[in-house]
Amino acid sequence: MAPFETDDSTSTGEADDLRAGRRKAARYVVPVAVVGVAAATIGLVPALADSGDPDLPKISAQKLIEKIAASDVQQLSGTVKISTDLGLPDLGGLESSLTSGAGSSGDGSSADPSSKLTELASGTHTLRVAADGPDKQKVSLLEDAAEYSLIHDGKDVWGYDSQSNEVFHGTASKSTDKEELPATPKDLAEDALKAADDTTSVTVDGTAQVAGRDAYRLVIKPKDSGSTVGQITVAVDSKTGLPLKFTLTPSSGGAAVIDAGFTQVSFAKPAASTFDFTPPKGAKVTEEDASEAPSREHSDEDFTKGDEELSKGLDGLNVIGDGWDSIATFDTGGEGIPSGSEAGGGDVGGFIDSLGDKVSGKFGEGTVFKTRLINALITDDGKVYVGAVTKDALVKAADAAK
Amino acid sequence: MSQVEANAAQGRGAVSISGSAAGRDQPQTTRTRRTTFYGTLFRNELLTTFRRWRTIALLAVLAAVPILIGIAIKIETSDGGGVGPGGGGGGGPAFISQITNNGLFLVFTALAATLPFFLPMAIGVVAGDAIAGEANAGTLRYLLVAPAGRTRLLLTKYATTMTFCLVATLVVAVSALTVGAVLFPLGDLTTISGTQISFADGLGRALLIALVVAASLTGVAALGLFVSTLTTSGIAAMATTVGLLITIQILDQIPQLHALQPYFFSHYWLSFADLMRDPVYWDELVKNLGLQALYAAVFGSAAWARFTTKDISS
Repeated sequence: MAPFETDDSTSTGEADDLRAGRRKAARYVVPVAVVGVAAATIGLVPALADSGDPDLPKISAQKLIEKIAASDVQQLSGTVKISTDLGLPDLGGLESSLTSGAGSSGDGSSADPSSKLTELASGTHTLRVAADGPDKQKVSLLEDAAEYSLIHDGKDVWGYDSQSNEVFHGTASKSTDKEELPATPKDLAEDALKAADDTTSVTVDGTAQVAGRDAYRLVIKPKDSGSTVGQITVAVDSKTGLPLKFTLTPSSGGAAVIDAGFTQVSFAKPAASTFDFTPPKGAKVTEEDASEAPSREHSDEDFTKGDEELSKGLDGLNVIGDGWDSIATFDTGGEGIPSGSEAGGGDVGGFIDSLGDKVSGKFGEGTVFKTRLINALITDDGKVYVGAVTKDALVKAADAAK
Repeated sequence: MSQVEANAAQGRGAVSISGSAAGRDQPQTTRTRRTTFYGTLFRNELLTTFRRWRTIALLAVLAAVPILIGIAIKIETSDGGGVGPGGGGGGGPAFISQITNNGLFLVFTALAATLPFFLPMAIGVVAGDAIAGEANAGTLRYLLVAPAGRTRLLLTKYATTMTFCLVATLVVAVSALTVGAVLFPLGDLTTISGTQISFADGLGRALLIALVVAASLTGVAALGLFVSTLTTSGIAAMATTVGLLITIQILDQIPQLHALQPYFFSHYWLSFADLMRDPVYWDELVKNLGLQALYAAVFGSAAWARFTTKDISS
């Protein structure tokens, strides 16, 4: 029996031991090298693949906005990633009760579009979007081993929740065409541009690559200092004028509050079968009834306006200021939020206090509830001030109202 | 078998079965002998592994899981109600709400239910036992006496473990398909994106999913094999592998570790469900397969470095 080339155990003598030891150590270089190569690949490939900002002819902000307005993309399919970080604590059950408070169908099916939209208000989500003309659109929210699809095919609107195998069926009115795609960068960009007036600076700031396409970066900045909105960046496809990416950064810095953009996009006609939907056997189908229709329109609105939407339902709504600094105010007529001590101390009071900051000023005392974008001041005499402005601006507005 | 070898066999009688005996006198035939021996080694390993009562018991447990799920759903829905509390669904493994409408979904549910624990545990047992078990039983040095070399033995062991991955996954899938066909209707199915595909297409996707699930286990298999080269106790190797598996699964649930989680071998396991989207969403599937290949390369080469340099005394 000859010893094998790998069998070192028979070697004797110090020199042999040393050599064998080196050979042993040398073998461990292989796994270490594999780890090293993998780490280098993970670290370097994205950096190398980023070929820098594309070289595009200069364009004025005015022209770029016109390009967006003229954009007439009828057919597209792609993947959209939306990250929302409002700095809210994880609301859990509170979130769903808020939804029903905003006028959703209460005991409705889990396939109801309005019950899904609030999910987008926090965290990172992946959506798939497909459109073929004004009559056929589909949005799918990818979940773990499940998917929620909203399909608009002609006059039918289907919502399908594969997790619970429930189907929601409604009919499309004319106005819902665009609203079926509430989260595409195009709609978000249009909302931002609507607010553009003398309070806003709109500039074109270089170029970027989004979803493998060359795009211009349109930067929208509030001129007022009191706003919590730092800047809004819209990446506009240089060929089609379709907004590809929408980023809202707060003035306080840090990560973007909303970051929605295509990670992959194609302007080819999607397969016709994409928009075909027949309720699967055994699925529970919920028909939209007439009384729910208005609530649907509410929920189709931009989800970032959830807080404002809630306040719209209340009477006596006034808006102070204009542009980015506008503050909505209304009188609940009540006692305001009881502070911790008034609620008798204890857990409930402590919980309420932990959510807000106590402030005082000429207006008296109140509590400020903060998110990274929208702040609200509720005074102890029951007045509410809400806006995408800083705490100081809220207090100033309250003082001025006194 | 070459002519020379056949002649040699005639001349030397039954002794020619032993590769080393022929190799000493007739060096020309050694290569052929070794290749033949390698094939035999793999077949022997497979037979040894699959003849063990332990392996058969593991496969039986895996086959029982879909049967239990199928019967439980059949009983729960026998009154015409839906799955889950109040028919609302949402709980339980993926796809569970669709099973009553299409038995094929039982395949996906069963794989989703066994992938996090049962399947990798079975792989951990087989992989952990591969080298350490032989050492424990005192048979490792006899295996090394044969002229196959340590690298070949290690590759054979890994190939055997991989075969077990595939067999274990197929056992779950076939058992689930059988139970699904017996208890529930079959037919065209709805993908999770809401589009309809034919039953044949569905079967094709089920097979693809089974292959992806089997491939998802290659990382654990390589890890188990590496652990197995570190010790001479089969039980210790199995326990370590299964322990690592559980630890990783727990760490994968801790939100504070989200920066590390994409590198855990179990992180993208459930991405096989993306094959049921229409069109298929490849991002995470590709990440999963790449990650498994990385684990196989790192721990496979670490196992090789350890095994080819270690003193074998038992």
